[in-house]
Amino acid sequence: MPADSHRVAHDWLDNDAGPVVRPYAMTQGRVAPEGGEFDLVAFVVAVAGGHPGDNASLQPEHHAIVAAAWEPISIVELAAGLDLSLGVIRVLLGDLRSAGLISLYEPPAASQPHDVDVLKAVVNGLRAL
Amino acid sequence: MDSVRSEREGQNGSRIPVALKILIAGGFGAGKTTMVGSVSEIRPLQTEEVLTGVDGADSVDGVEGKTTTTVTMDFGRITITEDLQLYLFGTPGQDRFWFLWDELSQGALGAVVLADTRRLADCFPSIDYFEQRGTPFVVAVNCFDSEQRFGPDAVSRALDLDGDVPVVLFDAREPQAARNVLIELVEYVARRQLTSAGR
Repeated sequence: MPADSHRVAHDWLDNDAGPVVRPYAMTQGRVAPEGGEFDLVAFVVAVAGGHPGDNASLQPEHHAIVAAAWEPISIVELAAGLDLSLGVIRVLLGDLRSAGLISLYEPPAASQPHDVDVLKAVVNGLRAL
Repeated sequence: MDSVRSEREGQNGSRIPVALKILIAGGFGAGKTTMVGSVSEIRPLQTEEVLTGVDGADSVDGVEGKTTTTVTMDFGRITITEDLQLYLFGTPGQDRFWFLWDELSQGALGAVVLADTRRLADCFPSIDYFEQRGTPFVVAVNCFDSEQRFGPDAVSRALDLDGDVPVVLFDAREPQAARNVLIELVEYVARRQLTSAGR
């Protein structure tokens, strides 16, 4: 976690002190991602063969996201792992999607009822744990 | 399922799991964090949403404002199969964060409302919320002190629940007991689905 190592380096800055950089400074004040919102449990995967290093407009946080999303990872886990708030990570993900560096997979549409077979699989899975 | 799977292949050849959301709601101190922690296979994580201004997070104007609030949500994960994961979200307690609930309950499988019989009224707002949204829920009475003075029927009556809403007694610290609550919920959702499909 890059943010944590920064905090350790300055012992007068602990978690209670809050972030040094105000959260939305990282997104240049943008609060909505390019190309629309996505779900908390949408999955992110880095695009194979993408070269984030070539893109000068990307910040360290963008690179950290690409590195962490080599295997599919949900947005909420990504945010927790990188210590970024959900609003901020969504904006950054929007940038990366526009740059063609990540793919986003939304969960099944909210309007769609859950498949009974899936529900049975969940029950069986929970019983087996 | 097969068709779903083939659409959800990542470019790296890795499969994209389907994630289902379950909400864990209830009053302050009802055991939401404990329950998420006892069933999650990962160390429960916290995620933050930074809210700007009082008008809601979508207001661009609010970003220039100086008032920000951080809301913390607990979440945990249970892997059912390689392709199927369950995410549990402890809902933020304070009423002024209802709009976060809207987002959490979007597409959610259902909810567990935790009740403490010493302060039963604390779970009324959660129940009202899920009833209004039509989100299926079960009520789980957290018996931490192993001293349970009320049975499920009494709790159901006291909360004025629809007859078919399951009420279970459990100990949120016990992983098996907490998993049984989730099983109860998923089975209830499946029953509702079959009924609404016209049998």
